[in-house]
Amino acid sequence: MVKLSPEPVALIKKRRNEALSKLIESIPYISFLGVGFDRRGDEITAILPFNENLIGNPSLPALHGGSIAAFLEISAIIELSWMQIWRQIEDPDPSTGSPKDLGDISLPKTIDFSVDYLRSGLPRDAYARATVNRAGRRYSSVHVEAWQDNRNKLFAQGTGHFLMPVKN
Amino acid sequence: MKKNMIEKKKKAVRDFFAILPHSQSLGMGIDFIRDGEVGMSMPYDSRLIGDPQTKVIHGGAVFALLDTCCGAAAMSHPDQVGPTATIDLRVDYMRPAAPNQRIKAIATCYNLTKNVAFVRAVALDDNEKKPVAMAAGAFVTGN
Repeated sequence: MVKLSPEPVALIKKRRNEALSKLIESIPYISFLGVGFDRRGDEITAILPFNENLIGNPSLPALHGGSIAAFLEISAIIELSWMQIWRQIEDPDPSTGSPKDLGDISLPKTIDFSVDYLRSGLPRDAYARATVNRAGRRYSSVHVEAWQDNRNKLFAQGTGHFLMPVKN
Repeated sequence: MKKNMIEKKKKAVRDFFAILPHSQSLGMGIDFIRDGEVGMSMPYDSRLIGDPQTKVIHGGAVFALLDTCCGAAAMSHPDQVGPTATIDLRVDYMRPAAPNQRIKAIATCYNLTKNVAFVRAVALDDNEKKPVAMAAGAFVTGN
């Protein structure tokens, strides 16, 4: 068997970044809220840059519970889809030896989502990371943690169940 | 006299929820306010799409509507004074909301203790027989 030389790093990064961008740009609500993503290997952190439209109570001021919940739910859905996409683009097709092409992305559908508001959201950037605790064929269970200034001082956490898209 | 108080309270709730920036950016409006019960709705908007294949609004936008409506219901309870904050809220998404239809929410504060308001809500589109989503949550009360 011929030993293949390692793939150039720039090519790997390009493939991964393009796949993540394709996923994110397909969802209008993500750009409506202004959510961005930071990728390190397969780990992604969702970022919610502060803007006035995210405010709930203007007299405090504090982030709206709805914008926090939406941010958490987006993080969970992107994490779940990203896991699937990662497998698709990083495990080479056995017949061709090259990564499989990313077709149309089918998204998981939220069955239920529960948000725990631990402290009020300050008028500044927020971050979230999601963990897939069960990745089933039919449904998955995801936990999301969100913080602002301190990683170990969560201001909100969420748990949700998601119906997985049927594979073609 | 008591009737005046109730009207004053309803006006306070209406005024408070009319100016929330995030609710405004989603286009939410109050449909009615009764004692511990509030109706709100939100227009369909293509910027809120969560699934490009089906054009269905993102769950997060429905969650925001339900959260706002539940908070308003807690505040409009006759025994509640001042604002509330969400402790936790759970939403069950029973079916996708039909594209191009307004989403309505009706929230009821069914129990209020010294510190906590218990609220549940339902989200509907034009097919009112089958709810789009249901919510249950706890809110901080008192002042």
